[in-house]
Amino acid sequence: MTGDRPVLTMTGISKTFPGVRALHDVDFRLFPGEVHALMGENGAGKSTLIKVLTGVYGTDAGTVTLAGEQVSFSGPMQAAAAGVSTVYQEVNLCTNLSVAENISIGREPRRLGAVRWGEMRRRARALLARLDLDLDVAAPLGTYSLAVQQMVAIARAIDVRARVLILDEPTSSLDAGEVAQLFRIMRQLRDEGIAILFVTHFLDQVYGIADRITVLRNGTLVGEYRTEELPQFSLVEKMIGQELDVLERLDEQQKRATVAPDGRAPLVDATELGRRGAVAPFSLRIHAGEVVGLAGLLGSGRTEVARLLFGADRADHGQVLVDGGRAPLRTPIQAIDRGIGFCSENRRAEGIVPELSVRENMILAMQAARGWLRPIPRRRQDELVQKYVQALSIRPANPELPVRNLSGGNQQKVLLARWLITEPRLLILDEPTRGIDIGAKAEIQKLVVQLSDGGMAVLFISAELEEVLRLSHRVAVMRDREMVAQLTNDDTLDADRVMRTIASGTPREEVNR
Amino acid sequence: MTSTSLTTGRSWRPSLSRRHVPVLATLTLLLVMYGIGVSQYRAFSNVQVIFNVFIDNGFVLVVAVGMTFVILTGGIDLSVGAVVAMTAMVSAALLRDGMPAALVLVIALLIGPILGFLMGCAIHFFDIQPFIVTLAGMFFARGMCTFISGASISITDGFWTGMSQERIGNPAGNFVSISVLIAFAVVLVAAYVLAYTRFGRNVYAVGGNAQSALLMGLPVGRTRIAVYTISGLCSAIGGILLSFYTLSGAPLIAVGMELDVIAAVVIGGTVLTGGSGYVFGTVLGVLVLGVIQTLITFDGSLNSWWTKIVIGGLLFAFILLQRLIGIRFK
Repeated sequence: MTGDRPVLTMTGISKTFPGVRALHDVDFRLFPGEVHALMGENGAGKSTLIKVLTGVYGTDAGTVTLAGEQVSFSGPMQAAAAGVSTVYQEVNLCTNLSVAENISIGREPRRLGAVRWGEMRRRARALLARLDLDLDVAAPLGTYSLAVQQMVAIARAIDVRARVLILDEPTSSLDAGEVAQLFRIMRQLRDEGIAILFVTHFLDQVYGIADRITVLRNGTLVGEYRTEELPQFSLVEKMIGQELDVLERLDEQQKRATVAPDGRAPLVDATELGRRGAVAPFSLRIHAGEVVGLAGLLGSGRTEVARLLFGADRADHGQVLVDGGRAPLRTPIQAIDRGIGFCSENRRAEGIVPELSVRENMILAMQAARGWLRPIPRRRQDELVQKYVQALSIRPANPELPVRNLSGGNQQKVLLARWLITEPRLLILDEPTRGIDIGAKAEIQKLVVQLSDGGMAVLFISAELEEVLRLSHRVAVMRDREMVAQLTNDDTLDADRVMRTIASGTPREEVNR
Repeated sequence: MTSTSLTTGRSWRPSLSRRHVPVLATLTLLLVMYGIGVSQYRAFSNVQVIFNVFIDNGFVLVVAVGMTFVILTGGIDLSVGAVVAMTAMVSAALLRDGMPAALVLVIALLIGPILGFLMGCAIHFFDIQPFIVTLAGMFFARGMCTFISGASISITDGFWTGMSQERIGNPAGNFVSISVLIAFAVVLVAAYVLAYTRFGRNVYAVGGNAQSALLMGLPVGRTRIAVYTISGLCSAIGGILLSFYTLSGAPLIAVGMELDVIAAVVIGGTVLTGGSGYVFGTVLGVLVLGVIQTLITFDGSLNSWWTKIVIGGLLFAFILLQRLIGIRFK
C-alpha cells in the first residue's frame, strides 16, 4: 500500500519562539498512499510542525522536500498550489454559499468572464461522487451538518490535485457515525495514492485508520512507528513520557486513599450527567474533604466534565444533587451560589483580567456572589487580599499591581485566591499547575492537601499523572470523552495502571451519545 | 453504522426555498399593499400609479443597488445620501458656470466612486468600522454641499431639462422617465455582476465569512474596496438622476436618504450581517417604500410622517423574520 519513496520529508526541523523551543531537530516523512498519525500532548509541537510545513512559520533550521524537490512555502495558499492542502478543525468555508461554490470558488469554470453554474455543479457532483457523497450541490453549505461540511472541505482540498492532505483534528466535533464516514473517505483517498497527515486526540481513531504513527513530545521526535508494532499502552507512554517527576523525589507523600464515604451524603452527586458532543453521560460523587483526580489525555473530556459541574456548559442529560437536593446548574452563578468554584485551565482567556490589580482580580468572584449592588467595603477587601497574598505567598506582595505583571505561577495563585475568598465547598481546579515553575507548583499542591484536610472537596484535573496520584483520594479516568473508570487511590494504584486504563479503557459502542 | 447513512434520506435534502423566503415575503407584502390600494381607491388601479412610483424613486433604486453590494459584504455605507446631494450640487454649480454638459457628467460621475474608493481603502487597510468611516464620508460630502453653495442652484441646461421632460410611453398615455430606464439598466447590470462574475461571488463569500474567504484564497481586500467604490458610483448616478428629477442642486436635499435606502435593502431581504440577498429583493424593497408613500398620498388625510411609522414597523418585522430564518438555518 505504501510507496517506496516518501512524497514528503522534513529533516532536522527546529523552530524557536521567544522563550520556547517549539521544535528541536524533528524529522518527519510521509509516504504516498498512507495515513500517518501525528501524535503528542499539548505543546508537543504538532501544530508548529504543520505550520512549518504549510509555510505559516519559517524554520530556524532544517529542510522540507516535496517529491524530491526542496520547498519552502510562503503560506498555505502556495502550499495548496503545490499539492499540500490542509483541512482544519474548524471548517473554513462559507456556509451561505452553495456546496458547489464552496468547492470551486476562486477557480470557477467561466466563459467570457461569466461563471458557468451548470458546469460548476456538474464538476462538484463528479468530485463528490468520487468521494461517494450524494449531496444537493446547489443547496447552501450551511444546511448540512458539520461532518458533511468537513467532507466538502476535503473535496475542495483534493480538487486542487493534492498529493499531501493534512487533516488537523477533523474529528473533534463529529459523532461516531460521522467519523466512520470520514474514515471511509480517507481510506479511499489513501488508496488513490494521496498521503494523509492525520492529527487527532482520539486513540481509537488512530488505531482505526493510521498506517504509521509519529510521536512528538516537548518539541522533539520520540519516534516513528508502524501502527501494528506500537501497542496503545506504549503510545500513551511515549506521548506522556516516563520521566520521574522532580517533585516526587522532593517528598514521598503517602497514599491518600483514606477518606471513606462512611455513609455521609456526598456533597455533589452527579448522575448520568452528559452533554451531546462534549462528554458522554457520567456519574460522579464527590464528598466533603475528598480530592478526586481527573486523569486522561488532552481532549479526553476532562475540562468538559468540569464545565458541566460548574454550569459553564448546560448538561442535556442527567442531573446533579448538591447536599442531597436537586440542583439545576445551568449557569456559573447557580453553581457559585451552591458553593462550587472553578479555576479554568485557560487562565489567560477565561480567568485573569490582566489589566486589573491583584486585589480587584481576587475579589471578583466574591463580588459576583454578593451581587454588584452590595460592594465589599474596601477595608474588608484589603483584609481578605492581605490574608491570601500571605497564605499563598504571592510575589510581589503588592495587591495594587496589575496582574499581568505577575509570573504565570503567581497569576494562578491569584486565580486560586479568587475562589478561596468565596469559601467554596467544592473547588474545581483545571490544570492548575500547567506552565508554572516548580516552586509554585509545589506550593499549589501543598495548598490542595491543606484545603481538603480542612473539609473542602476538590476536583483536581491534571495531565500529569504523578501529580494526580499524589493528591487524589480517587482518580476518575477519562478516555475519548467518556469516564471509563473510577479508581481508588490505594497502594495498588500507580501511574502504570492509570496509563493502562487510559490506553485500553472499556469504551462503549458509541462515544458521543 | 453504515457508511452511507449520512447522505441518504429525505431529511438531508435542504429546502431550497428558505433562502428565498425573505424575498417572497416582500413580494407578498407588496402585492397585499397594492391590493389594498386598488380596493380602496379606484384611481389606484391605473398602471401609471406604478410607473409614478418608479419615476419618483428611480434615483433611490440606483443608490439602493449600490448599498446592496455593501451590505452583502456585511458592511454599511452611510455616506450615500450626502454623496447624492454633493453630486447634484457639483453638477448644478458647474452647469451654472457654463461647463459643457458632457464634461459635467464625467466629473460628477467620478466624485462618488473616488470617495467610495478612499473609504473602502480606509476600511480595509486600517481595519476601521465601515460605520464610522462612512459616517465621516457623510459629514465630508454634506459639508462640501454647503461649501459649494448655501442656497440651492437651479439647472437650466438643455440636456438636463431634456432628460427631465422626456417621456417614454405607450399609446395609452402611460409613460416613464429616462431615469427609470437608467435605473433598470443599473439593476440588470448589478444582478448580472452578482450572479455571474467572480467578483460577485466573492462579494457573497466575504459577507458569509471573511476569514474563510481569505483562507480559500479569495481577494477579500480588493472585494471590500470595490463594493464601496460601486456604492459611490451608484450614489453618483443617483445624484445625477435626482438632478434630472428636481432640475436643481440643493445643499440639504436627500438628508436621511441613507437610512431609507438601508431600510429598502433590508426589507428587500438582504441580511444586514452579509452573505445573503438579491438585487431583485432590493427592487421590491424600494417599491414597498414607494407604494406606502403613494397609499398615504391617496388617503390625503394622513400626515406624511405615517410613511416613517409604517417603514419603522416593517423594518422591525423584517429583521425579526431574518433572525428567525437565521436561527432555523443553523
